[in-house]
Amino acid sequence: MDAFVVISLIKAAVIAFVLLTAVAYLQWVERKVIAHIQLRMGPYRVGPHGLLQPLADVIKLITKEDMMPSYVNKPIYLLAPFIAVSMSLLSIAVIPFGPTISVAGYQTGMQLADLNIGVLYILAVSSMGVYGVALAGWASNNKYALLGGLRSSAQMISYEIPMALAIASPLLISNTLSLKELVATQSGSVLDWNVLHRPFPQIIAFLIFLIAGFAETNRVPFDLPEAENELVAGFHTEYSSMKFASFFMAEYLNMVTVSSLATLLFLGGWEAPWPAAKGSNLIPSVIFLVAGLTALYHAAHPARRMDKYTLAAFGMVFLALAGVFVLPIVQSWLLPLFWFCAKAGAILFAFMWVRGTLPRFRYDQLMSFAWKFLFPVAMLNLLVTSFLVAWF
Amino acid sequence: MSEVPISWFLMLSAVIFALGVAGFLFRRNIITVFMSIELMLNGVNLSFVTFSYQLKQVNGHLFTFFVMVVAAAEAAVGLAIILTVFKNRSTLDIDDIDSMKN
Amino acid sequence: MDLILFLIFAIIAVVSAVNVVVQTHPISSAVSLIGVMGSLAVLYLLLGAEFIAAAQVIVYAGAVMVLFIFVILLLNAGAETKRGRSFMVQLLGVPLLIALLGLLAFFVSRLFPRGVSVRFGGFTGGTAQAVGKALFTTYLLPFEVTSLLILIAILGAIVLARKELD
Repeated sequence: MDAFVVISLIKAAVIAFVLLTAVAYLQWVERKVIAHIQLRMGPYRVGPHGLLQPLADVIKLITKEDMMPSYVNKPIYLLAPFIAVSMSLLSIAVIPFGPTISVAGYQTGMQLADLNIGVLYILAVSSMGVYGVALAGWASNNKYALLGGLRSSAQMISYEIPMALAIASPLLISNTLSLKELVATQSGSVLDWNVLHRPFPQIIAFLIFLIAGFAETNRVPFDLPEAENELVAGFHTEYSSMKFASFFMAEYLNMVTVSSLATLLFLGGWEAPWPAAKGSNLIPSVIFLVAGLTALYHAAHPARRMDKYTLAAFGMVFLALAGVFVLPIVQSWLLPLFWFCAKAGAILFAFMWVRGTLPRFRYDQLMSFAWKFLFPVAMLNLLVTSFLVAWF
Repeated sequence: MSEVPISWFLMLSAVIFALGVAGFLFRRNIITVFMSIELMLNGVNLSFVTFSYQLKQVNGHLFTFFVMVVAAAEAAVGLAIILTVFKNRSTLDIDDIDSMKN
Repeated sequence: MDLILFLIFAIIAVVSAVNVVVQTHPISSAVSLIGVMGSLAVLYLLLGAEFIAAAQVIVYAGAVMVLFIFVILLLNAGAETKRGRSFMVQLLGVPLLIALLGLLAFFVSRLFPRGVSVRFGGFTGGTAQAVGKALFTTYLLPFEVTSLLILIAILGAIVLARKELD
């Protein structure tokens, strides 16, 4: 009992720290990606290639004046960002980042809690996240915020239905609700991942899940509720400083949850694309080697003055990482962690790529897309999957 | 020390049910009356699950499931009725909706 | 440990339930009702009903209460105005209610044998598999009837709440 409590506390601390740092740096990655899509540089001055920009943003947000307007409904005004952030953090508690490892002789999985009903838990917590938005919009006593909050919560609950149906389809193939066992049923090769699994490849369900994920997290092209040119700032108009930062963090944490869930349900979690026996252990090292050599090449032919030093440093770091991946001591936990982060990171990159590329939907287009297209297609997918699974 | 007597769960269920009845009888806003009905249903759900634990069968959970489904359907239709009443009478006070009184 | 968990969440449930009945503004009542449902979900987990706990949060706290809050926001419901109640009613009301609740609790506790006690893990038959198996074999007819009921409710809600076409 004691070892369990201590290990759980350590895991909670590690996950909280890593996640909050990752959320800050996810914002840096997003700004860089969108900037390069728009043929500009992104954050560049604050630290090498803007790497200290998230730190500057955090300091700015913490030290901003924390206003509370006098005409708001105080209890609910204060409760709303708290609900938004806590529900986002709760849903990350059950996500497994890797297989069972042994820490100081104690076997534990790389997740905070392995529930039998893991998928249902994530659905439950994400449906509670709607309250953060709706109550924030109402408590602000501001018609723009109210409209933004109502639209956003209507959008979130409408897209929950195709999302739940899209989640149900691979569950029929995997036959378990526990997230760790879900990955275990997809072990083997790429052809065992749920997106390509035998009775019925779940490609449609994967796409529907991603689209619904975009809508659930209020990201482009479904970000009308927080569009700057439509509703001032939507439901978080009247929030400043740390409360605004809470909504911001909640959005990025929701993105991480959706990407991780997509990886676990469809892309095989931490399983490598082909078995380790055939050499998939070398892929991370190869990737980091190529990245390091590219960085060193660009350091040798610098495009800007400081690149000589910064890119050279990055190149050295990448080559060192390539070396670390070859060591057999760390391979048992570092390789699965790498595959999980690579897959989830690819989906997060898709989130940012879409943000830089697509225009946003109008509100009625958004709602009719959910109810008239996604919902019937998800239902049909579920029907076909269940027939094929029952047949074979 | 770490076990809870089962009668405590049933007492809690009775208390929640009684509070739901109190809200239903004493409040005048239609929506609050409706929420008291939901409170009563939740109290009953707790009883069902407790008895399911006592008899070590899963049937109580099934009944809870059906109560939840029926409550959801009832909430949908009831709120639609409330919207219609509000459209016609512009008031949410049940004491003011008395045009069928003598 | 189970006792502490039960006490904490039972107290939260009772306080939130009292808040539902006492608050004047419907939104505060709705938020307190969400609190009741959340704490009841934890108590279901203590009783081994894991599927029902998840269903409670997904269906009740996450969908039905959102519907309530939407309607309250749409109708712009304000706080209830106080109309005068006679002083005698206010003086006797709360103590009588507490006496009623105490009597109820006393009789309920007398009816039940002392031997049965709840601990986490005492009942493992509440998994999704067990509920699903019973739902689709023993209770198949009620399941199909409730899906018809939901269809009727959807149709009813649409008909009642639509704009008049004239």
